[in-house]
Amino acid sequence: MEARNYSPKDFRSDIKPVWCPGCGDFGVLNALYQALAKLQLPHEDVAIVSGIGCSSRLPGYVKTYGFNSIHGRALPVAQGVKLARPETTVIAVAGDGDGLSIGAGHFPHMARRNIDLTYIMLDNSIYGMTKGQMSPTTVEEQPTKTTPYGMVEDPINPVKLALAYGASFIARSFSGNIKHTVQMIIQAIQHPGFSFLHLLSPCVTFVGRDQFDLIRSLSVDLGNEHDPTSVEHAWRVAEEVGRISMGVIFEADKPTFEQRYEHAKQLAHQAGDGDFRNLLKKYRVAA
Amino acid sequence: MKKVMMGNHAVSYGARLSRVQVISAYPITPQTQIVEELSELCARGELEAKFIKVESEHSAMAACIGASAGGARAFTATSSQGLALMHELLHWAAGARLPIVLANVNRAMGPGWSIWSEQTDSLAQRDTGWLQIYCESNQEVLDTTIQAFKIAETLSLPVMVILDAFFLSHTYEPVDIPDQRGIDRFLPPFQPKVKMDIRDPHAFGALVTPEHYYEFRYNIQKAFERATGVIEEVGREFGEHFGRYYGLLEEYEMDDAEIVLVTSSTITSTARAVVRERRARGEKIGLLKVRVFRPFPFAAIRQALSGVRKAAVIDRNISFGHHGIFFSEIKSALYGQPDAPRLFGFIAGLGGRDVTPETIHDIIDITQHESKPQQDIYWIGLKSAGQKATAPKTAAVK
Ligand SMILES: Cc1ncc(C[n+]2csc(CCOP(=O)(O)OP(=O)(O)O)c2C)c(N)n1
Ligand code: SF4
Ligand SMILES: [Mg+2]
Repeated sequence: MEARNYSPKDFRSDIKPVWCPGCGDFGVLNALYQALAKLQLPHEDVAIVSGIGCSSRLPGYVKTYGFNSIHGRALPVAQGVKLARPETTVIAVAGDGDGLSIGAGHFPHMARRNIDLTYIMLDNSIYGMTKGQMSPTTVEEQPTKTTPYGMVEDPINPVKLALAYGASFIARSFSGNIKHTVQMIIQAIQHPGFSFLHLLSPCVTFVGRDQFDLIRSLSVDLGNEHDPTSVEHAWRVAEEVGRISMGVIFEADKPTFEQRYEHAKQLAHQAGDGDFRNLLKKYRVAA
Repeated sequence: MKKVMMGNHAVSYGARLSRVQVISAYPITPQTQIVEELSELCARGELEAKFIKVESEHSAMAACIGASAGGARAFTATSSQGLALMHELLHWAAGARLPIVLANVNRAMGPGWSIWSEQTDSLAQRDTGWLQIYCESNQEVLDTTIQAFKIAETLSLPVMVILDAFFLSHTYEPVDIPDQRGIDRFLPPFQPKVKMDIRDPHAFGALVTPEHYYEFRYNIQKAFERATGVIEEVGREFGEHFGRYYGLLEEYEMDDAEIVLVTSSTITSTARAVVRERRARGEKIGLLKVRVFRPFPFAAIRQALSGVRKAAVIDRNISFGHHGIFFSEIKSALYGQPDAPRLFGFIAGLGGRDVTPETIHDIIDITQHESKPQQDIYWIGLKSAGQKATAPKTAAVK
């Protein structure tokens, strides 16, 4: 195939985003255009699969294969795409409600299976699309339409989940910092196996514009002293309070599902056909 | 007291007046305001209930099942995809004979993603063992929600109260709110037949061998056969208390009608206005609204349509490979009836496409014009390929 030189705008689709002006998801979209251009991935080699939510509108705005699937089911649908088309770069996109409430059950299985796909969670700590109900990442002091006087449940920490579930790549970024988000998307895509990117992306309409400043003020870059291959280091980041560390939190070199599947096939092949007569001998009853 | 409110809030008020004790739900457009209002009422202490916003509709119905088995009056609301996700538990609730009430806002199923009105979501749940009542106005929504608890608890069966997306859910209408003392007399506290009680312990949901399962199913069917009478009785009693009477069907200008439109939900209101207009022109047109879909009111339908020359059933739903769903049920109700009308089946308004007075006029015209149906299904208002997305002036009959 002839070499093409993609620029970020080549990945812009003809559909104009319907997000609210100032929505954090615009930053993610921009970063994604840049990351795909940097990776020079041909349009037809990328599939973006989402669930349902404001965040899940993203595939429609990118000129690659796109699939706006079912609420909570971005991961299993993406898995199907990857199995059918292993050569495709598959990116699953979900919101915090999508991925941590209705579809939370898929997260551990995708992590332990280590299928080679990238999972980007656009976390705004609210149900944006249904107009402002609490989500699994809503914090106590934040009132929502279903919790008008504050939360009575503890929030989920998605990075902790990813670590506990055995994800082989975990990173965090903020859509207000596009440069950093580009870097994280690239690394997540390049990682072989299941990579999880926790992407803070504020909902300006139902949580507030001040989220940008708040997240920025709490953000710290993971410096050189952080060793992403160390589980202990990663847990320390996951457990931190009062600040939000940005960068690659954890990365492990683990065989992917595809590799292990091939390996199992080879073993089966080596074992050859069973010997039925021999097997029967085992159960022979003395006459 | 009269108040102008949206259909969704009519459900919330109905649930509040019914003194529900456990509410468990997951948000979905266009149902969301039902539970938002209830959560606000709970938070303010205007309703003594436990409210939980769970992680999915599947969990919402599971929590209702637990709460109802525990002896509480349990309620949830959903729509479309959410109802579909509940499917497994809908069977469970009915099989366990739990009188849960669920409000479903009729919304088309994806894909293509749609948030607009269509009845296929709830009608697809017709074999789960839930009673289904379709509402035409916000007043009927509020009144039916209250009646639903009484019906459910009388029969030990779950009841689904159904309203159209946007045409009711988001439309504001004046609604008369009965006073709480009156409702308390009409609907006493829930007295479960079996509940979690250490003095009288039971196990729930055990394995049932072929020795007994069959009879469980028979008993559910028997309860459904009693249900028509119970719904009529509860509707009459409600009328005696509050002046608004409800039944299985609602007839309009049926006395000498030669052609009858058969409708449900909000299409009924449009049809009623058109029938009035055609009556003024001296045409013998009548209207039959089907309020209760499960149990299907076979006897009442037969009686209402007996002697009518032609009936046109309008379905905002479709069972693929079959017909409009109300149409096929009515057809089966009329099987073998000597004086049954010629039955015309119309599909209209799928995915929230407007069903306007012109649509209804077209349906009447076709029914008048043809001596017998020329096609199994009349698709009314269907656009030909490439046509613009505006409703055609005259309906294409395809
Ligand atoms: C089975 C089902 N239940 C509920 C919904 C309604 N719904 C659509 S998006 C959404 C939540 C959106 O929140 P999130 O995933 O955080 O995405 P955001 O809009 O915040 O980006 C819900 C509840 C649905 N589409 N399907
Ligand atoms: S509602 Fe919130 S998340 Fe949705 S588009 Fe608007 S700002 Fe973004
Ligand atoms: Mg969200």
